[in-house]
Amino acid sequence: MKKINNLEMIDISKSFQNVMANTGVNVSIGEGEILGLLGENGAGKTTLMNILYGLYQPDSGTIRINGKDISIHSPADSRRQGIGMVHQHFMLIPNHSVAENIALGYEMTPLLFPQRKIKDSIVAYSKKFNFDIDPSRSVWQLSAGEQQRVEIIKALINGADLLILDEPTSVLTSQETQDLFQNLREMKAEGHLIILISHKLDEILEICDRVTVLQKGRIVGEAQTTDVDKKSLARMMIGRDIIFQIEKEPMERSDKVVTIDNVMVKNDKDLEAVKGISFDIYRNEIFGIAGVSGNGQRELVEAITGLRPVESGKISIDGNDITNESVRCIYNSGIAHVPEERIKFGIAPGLCLYDNAILKQHHKPKYSNKLFLAYSKIKQHAQNLVSDFKVLAPSINVQTKNLSGGNIQKLILGREISEDPALLVASHPTYGLDVGATEYLRKQLLKRRREGGAVLLVSEDLEEIFELCDRIAVMFQGEFMGILNSDDSRLKDIGLMMAGSLRL
Amino acid sequence: MLKLRVTDRIDILPRHSLLSLVFSLAAGLLAISVIFLFSGVNPLYAIFKIFSGSFGSLYGLKETITKAIPLILIGGGLAAAFRAKFWNIGAESQLLLGSIFGTWVGLNWGPHLPWPVIVPLMFLAGFVGGAIWGLIPAILKIRFSINEVISTLMLNYICNEFMKLLIVGPWRGKTKHGFPYTDDLPLSATLSVIPGSRIHYATLIIAVVTVILLGIAIYKTRFGYEVRVIGENPDAARYSGIDFFKTTLVIMVISGGMAGLAGVGEAAGIHHYLSYPESISSGYGYTAIIVAWLAKLNPFYVILSALFFAGILVGGDAIQISLGLPAATVQVFNGTLLVFLIMGDFFLKNRVALQWGLKRN
Repeated sequence: MKKINNLEMIDISKSFQNVMANTGVNVSIGEGEILGLLGENGAGKTTLMNILYGLYQPDSGTIRINGKDISIHSPADSRRQGIGMVHQHFMLIPNHSVAENIALGYEMTPLLFPQRKIKDSIVAYSKKFNFDIDPSRSVWQLSAGEQQRVEIIKALINGADLLILDEPTSVLTSQETQDLFQNLREMKAEGHLIILISHKLDEILEICDRVTVLQKGRIVGEAQTTDVDKKSLARMMIGRDIIFQIEKEPMERSDKVVTIDNVMVKNDKDLEAVKGISFDIYRNEIFGIAGVSGNGQRELVEAITGLRPVESGKISIDGNDITNESVRCIYNSGIAHVPEERIKFGIAPGLCLYDNAILKQHHKPKYSNKLFLAYSKIKQHAQNLVSDFKVLAPSINVQTKNLSGGNIQKLILGREISEDPALLVASHPTYGLDVGATEYLRKQLLKRRREGGAVLLVSEDLEEIFELCDRIAVMFQGEFMGILNSDDSRLKDIGLMMAGSLRL
Repeated sequence: MLKLRVTDRIDILPRHSLLSLVFSLAAGLLAISVIFLFSGVNPLYAIFKIFSGSFGSLYGLKETITKAIPLILIGGGLAAAFRAKFWNIGAESQLLLGSIFGTWVGLNWGPHLPWPVIVPLMFLAGFVGGAIWGLIPAILKIRFSINEVISTLMLNYICNEFMKLLIVGPWRGKTKHGFPYTDDLPLSATLSVIPGSRIHYATLIIAVVTVILLGIAIYKTRFGYEVRVIGENPDAARYSGIDFFKTTLVIMVISGGMAGLAGVGEAAGIHHYLSYPESISSGYGYTAIIVAWLAKLNPFYVILSALFFAGILVGGDAIQISLGLPAATVQVFNGTLLVFLIMGDFFLKNRVALQWGLKRN
């Protein structure tokens, strides 16, 4: 029996620690429809779907199935209502067989020999949609595409009429993507409802009937896919005229500081993440790298700062080759780094604020001889950082984990630029910070530029990129889709470049 | 539905630490009391006996100090290793290998050299022995990411059997009438004691001086800073250019080496020959884990907590005799206290609250 003919989410709001992830969002989907949820990373797509799947409770708003209000408190509730979700990262146990994995979440599973009962239905579904899944194989032997099909079967066996797919193609090859889309079309013909989360314009246009565009937790556009093209969708996703809130004074760049020459870097899975990128950065310049995260930005930054080996190519600063030198050597030659995950990399949370004020500099003669640390100088330095960079802290003797995110970031930034580095690499420096701290940090980056520093800014926040940068590179799948001056009119198509559909 | 909510406690004051210590010790003693009750012994009397046996008489006090010597050395070394998040469970065999190395030097060179030469040489050899045994798991961890808890624990068994092999085989003493002991160390290779006690003061001085130096190293030096950063956040250590390999190796040389020193002290100060591993060490390598933990990984506090646990060891011997409890009672005692100390730590770092019902809209 079909449980869902149509579903509505009405006026859904959800906040995390005062950050609004969803604000008054309305979404609806009807029988035999594929709905695309489009938006940049952090736009609130996944949060919204996690609410529908019962992983989060909304702060306000209602969910209606077939016109009736329902309440969902857990994924089990959600499955009972006929909703299934395939997460971006699969929730499978690698050492177990396909059948065991599917039996695990199945309500009718008998206590003994669970996989026997379920094997037949797996084969049946597998035949119906041409999935070609052998229920007795172990999950670790399956490719990403096959694992995804297991997840889909799992949802269908649990009686899902509505299927939510979170960035389903991010792990697939292009052939696998085509196969998936074929399967989705068949399911749609069967009357299934499908919600597809994506930030890829091509896919949305290819497979979806309707698209809803989210930006910063709000709905900014809705359309039938037949009525829109890539260009208008990209505008909708990026969504606005560029507003300059901070005055960036015009400035001539001066000497070349850093040269990145045809650099190739591998990611943790040993795949090429940065595929031969070249660029220069100059004094009095902020060079921005825009793009959806996961396109090699992290690997590039780690290669420049010495945290990750460079496979081929050359990085040099002021004419000195620093390719594959140690982190300390690279720091000493003038590259400072505000890391992407500030708590994970930037500080030792259990140590005092003054200990963290010299995390990168403790080996310098200023703060220690060969043996002992000069704590009086260190504390003086910490005190200066706290007052110069407006770090709100009860004292420099507190454990650093007690500071707020914004104050930790101010401390890290202050520490990194205290030695006047030739290049400051800042990765997502304002991610997750409140407006005040964000504005302060951005002003500090502009101050670096004014004072003759070079800054490499990696950010997903386009507003930030446009506000601060002199030149902007757009990164997609390990390559630059183009490097543009900040006054270039072609920047209006940056959405297309981020989606990899336009190369300049 | 009743739910547990665990949140980070952000404002930990010194008095909170003290309270958690007092409460976890008290709760631990309470749990132990239950065990005593089941053994048909009045728990208050048993606990009183333990502490009066160790701290209540001159004889007890002397014994307590004697047993505190290896605990100070090993506990200090473990505090340093644990600070770098290297979970060294192998101090027991690092001690044993130290005693083997030291005894070899004493037996072979002792007859030809005066004590001012041979004793330092024995301590040096013991340090090297312990350090080698500490370096193996460090290298295994760094090079092959082998979990150090497993490797250090397994190395304990290897060294244990190796030592037995020596004493029943090639090292069995000619003067020992076939018993599995080595010959006695020559007089120049034994440590003198404070008259009327078994306190081998040379090792005691070495122990106290070493942990004080170690404390200074941890809190005042560049090396100690790097160890603390690694322990707090290895990713941040990498990001800030700290050499993880070198620091871990050095810390395990220190940790293993200090246990090795303790082994020389036991062999040359107490037994004067090698015999079965369990009679040379009586589990100091494991007890010292709790010593380090009770001291909050602070080498200075290790001296106090070593005295406390040495007291329990001595008191345990006392209640074995007077109450007829099995020898394992002390191990149960120590294990229970460790569990409660770790729990106390959890409650110190987290705020735990019970909540009724789920928040609904």
